[in-house]
Amino acid sequence: MVLSENDRKLVAAIQDGLPLVPHPYAVLAETLGTTEADIIERLQRLQDDGMVKRMGVVVKHRALGYHANAMVVWDVPDSAIQQVGELLAAQECITLCYQRPRCLPDWPYNLFCMIHGHERKAVLRRLAQIIDANSLGDIPHEVLFSLRSFKQRGARYAARPARTAHG
Amino acid sequence: MDSIDRALVNELQDGLPVCRRPFDAISNRLGISVGEITGRIGKLLDDRVLSRFGPMFNAERLGGGITLCAMQVPEADFERVTKQVNAFPEVAHNYAREHDLNMWFVVATEQPERVAEVIAEIEAETGCRVYDMPKRNEFYIGLKLPV
Repeated sequence: MVLSENDRKLVAAIQDGLPLVPHPYAVLAETLGTTEADIIERLQRLQDDGMVKRMGVVVKHRALGYHANAMVVWDVPDSAIQQVGELLAAQECITLCYQRPRCLPDWPYNLFCMIHGHERKAVLRRLAQIIDANSLGDIPHEVLFSLRSFKQRGARYAARPARTAHG
Repeated sequence: MDSIDRALVNELQDGLPVCRRPFDAISNRLGISVGEITGRIGKLLDDRVLSRFGPMFNAERLGGGITLCAMQVPEADFERVTKQVNAFPEVAHNYAREHDLNMWFVVATEQPERVAEVIAEIEAETGCRVYDMPKRNEFYIGLKLPV
């Protein structure tokens, strides 16, 4: 999918955040030299097309008291990955669940999920319950707690208008 | 953070409607003015409780590249390598984790082919192998942490 030049400008203008005012799209329209209705229509289309998942917030887990951030990785037989992935994704405490390639021989894991909790013990207890309740004991897994977060920001999706975007 | 902040963050995690006055519905539900809502969001951003307020993009659909990378970094080199990796504008998150693979970061690029270049540049600069683990499939969850 290719963004139009106007959509690219819109993405560049909002990737760091929306104006914090009662009419954010009117302010954006003024900045971009268009109308509020045009901005709303194009954003709605980007959302309908799945390029924008939603307008919302990125929370800093640590600041909210979620000090234990565990990436749990599983070595699931390829034939079972859909079933196990859906099962894990349905658990209330699991916030992300992705299939990724193994990097053999060093890294045999192909299913990744995140569990956030207020402390490690609670996260491990919750994980043990999930394994037990769903008979996942035969699937090898590891828990990788995060120690420090060095960088947490949104990715860049479109160059600033000042920079030349090729392509 | 007080109870109103918590209720507000929970509301915002569900997403805002795209319309002329996107805060009105939350204002009605929480019984606070739109001005108070924007003021509180601004303060939560200043206090770094929130890192961003705005659109959540789907990088692949936008035509960009994104992948999860891991490296095994010797303890003695960790600080140097952290600086080198974080200096790349394409690196969006970076976490130290407890494992032989002890550094985990996301590479997100505007052009998909740039991902491989960034990985090669990081390997050349740091001297560490990068394990490249792009998403193959996502199992859907409504992302939400009650606060």
